[in-house]
Amino acid sequence: MEYSETFLEALATLTINKLRTGLAALGIVIGIGSVIALISLGQASQQSIQSQIQSLGANLLTVIPGSQRNGTVRGAASEGTSLTRADADAIASSSQITTVKTVSPEFNSRSQVTAGRNNANTQIIGVKSSYASVHNISLASGSFITDRDDTAMTKVAVIGPTVVTNLFGEGVDPIGQTIRIAGQTLRVIGVTAAKGGSGFQNQDDIIFVPLSTAQKQLFGENNVSSIAVEAKSAEVMTDAQNQVGYLLLARHKLTDPEKADFSIFSQQDILNTVNQTTGTFTTLLAGVAAISLLVGGIGIMNIMLVTVTERTREIGLRKALGAKKHIIITQFLIESIILTFVGGLIGIVVGIIVSYVISLFASLPFVISPMAIILAFVVSAGIGILFGWYPARKAASLQPIEALRYE
Amino acid sequence: MIQVSHLSKIYHTGDVETAALDDVSFAIKKNEYVAIMGPSGSGKSTLMHILGALDTPTSGDYILDGENVGHLSDDALADIRNRKIGFVFQAYNLLPRTTAIKNVALPMSYAGVPKEDRLKKAKDYLEMVGLGERLQHTSNQLSGGQQQRVAIARALVMNPAIILADEPTGNIASAQAEEIMSIFQKLNEEGHTIIMITHEPDIAEHAKRIIYIKDGKIIKDSSTHKRRKIK
Repeated sequence: MEYSETFLEALATLTINKLRTGLAALGIVIGIGSVIALISLGQASQQSIQSQIQSLGANLLTVIPGSQRNGTVRGAASEGTSLTRADADAIASSSQITTVKTVSPEFNSRSQVTAGRNNANTQIIGVKSSYASVHNISLASGSFITDRDDTAMTKVAVIGPTVVTNLFGEGVDPIGQTIRIAGQTLRVIGVTAAKGGSGFQNQDDIIFVPLSTAQKQLFGENNVSSIAVEAKSAEVMTDAQNQVGYLLLARHKLTDPEKADFSIFSQQDILNTVNQTTGTFTTLLAGVAAISLLVGGIGIMNIMLVTVTERTREIGLRKALGAKKHIIITQFLIESIILTFVGGLIGIVVGIIVSYVISLFASLPFVISPMAIILAFVVSAGIGILFGWYPARKAASLQPIEALRYE
Repeated sequence: MIQVSHLSKIYHTGDVETAALDDVSFAIKKNEYVAIMGPSGSGKSTLMHILGALDTPTSGDYILDGENVGHLSDDALADIRNRKIGFVFQAYNLLPRTTAIKNVALPMSYAGVPKEDRLKKAKDYLEMVGLGERLQHTSNQLSGGQQQRVAIARALVMNPAIILADEPTGNIASAQAEEIMSIFQKLNEEGHTIIMITHEPDIAEHAKRIIYIKDGKIIKDSSTHKRRKIK
């Protein structure tokens, strides 16, 4: 008996009871479909978070202060005051530092802002002109803070689109208008382009002022909250991290890197952490989907066992007419493999459609990994063999006389 | 052709041993037409199953065509059933929802006969039993007598050494039963060996030899020369 014939025969048997065949395959359709949909959902959110982090600036190192170690007691990170504007200037001008392109010292705080009768609590960042290039800031209108604004301590501000809406109302051109922060009046000179509001913080609900204005006039501080350092390329990130680290250690008169009163982390560090987290998330989703796949497989086994019982007489007859064990096993295995294979194919299509719909509604990128599809394919064929094997063996080892007598 | 010696089959039900066949010996020569008769529970079905290589004896030997079939593996038994034995069952046992020609071709597919040869041969045998017009009918479109004739064609198609018939007319109206009997008659005249189980004396009378069996033992083995006239 050739395989093509066995295949056609199995196909004919499966089409006899279409409802049952459909229901058995449905378990696999749902299983495979959810594996593909959930894996692509996980990968899409991973990609989306990655691109958001990358949009914060490429090849970026961030230096944040950390309070100095006192014996074994260490103060909370980022509350320290160890970094100053002079540190940033040194990084920018030192001859030891060869791998850095741009340095942006930043002072970060929150404050109440008023404009006319409106007020809002928002993030205020004191910056130099370098901030725009380091953080990929583009303007919708007006101009950004210049270094002259910083030197002259001018009272100007560049505001985000959310701030415009909150303080001036939707669609109003705020340029030339004034806002009040901490008792000072600042003139709005630019509006940033919308960056999108999800992620760690709303990048559109933000006000940029000259660094010196923020330090001296608004908040009365001398330190900076962080220094963003853009390396010349992705390849020299490690060099840049080392050069900046040793320069700052020297400037802070520290010899032991363990006692550093600052930390440097790169975009890559954040990306790695996020990838790890979303990776765990994806694995979790895939695990849930795998359970439904398992349930689908057991459904197939159940149907195949019913089929074996139902066709006991037929099996007995086939054996009486000379069918050997392997012929009966092949017959039933092919049936269950067809069942799972067709179910798997439909499941892949359903999974792709579902991930597409999710990507539309959740405004995520539409990602289908070929790995997920190959995996689903292999798993569905595997399930066909695994869960078809037991019923097939059961059918093949029936005693022909008992099978023939079976009513 | 068939040599059965000291054949026993013992069933265990809990601690109770029941001998369905108890030290049975006989021989059947080529081209014999034998009826095995006995009341229900006499062991005639067990004997039939062992002769048909569907079951193995507890002890004793069954030699078919010079080969001891008594203790072969499952697959070897399947091969014997396929090549040497043609079954005709009381309940016809055709594959449901399958055409007559495919039913007849089925044993050949297990023997690895190419598809075209199978269909051609199946057609020839169906024509021989008078069903040349009904090749594509499925079993539920055929009468009981027609189904049994399909089953006979299926039993013959591998040209087996013996034809085993288990109450072949048990489910069939008497007019059609005569038709079946005349086919067996003809096959016997053509040289086939036929072994038939029945409990109806008038059906058994078609055979040339009748073996009576009771409580697992042969109680009478006679040749009948008185043959019924076939119309």
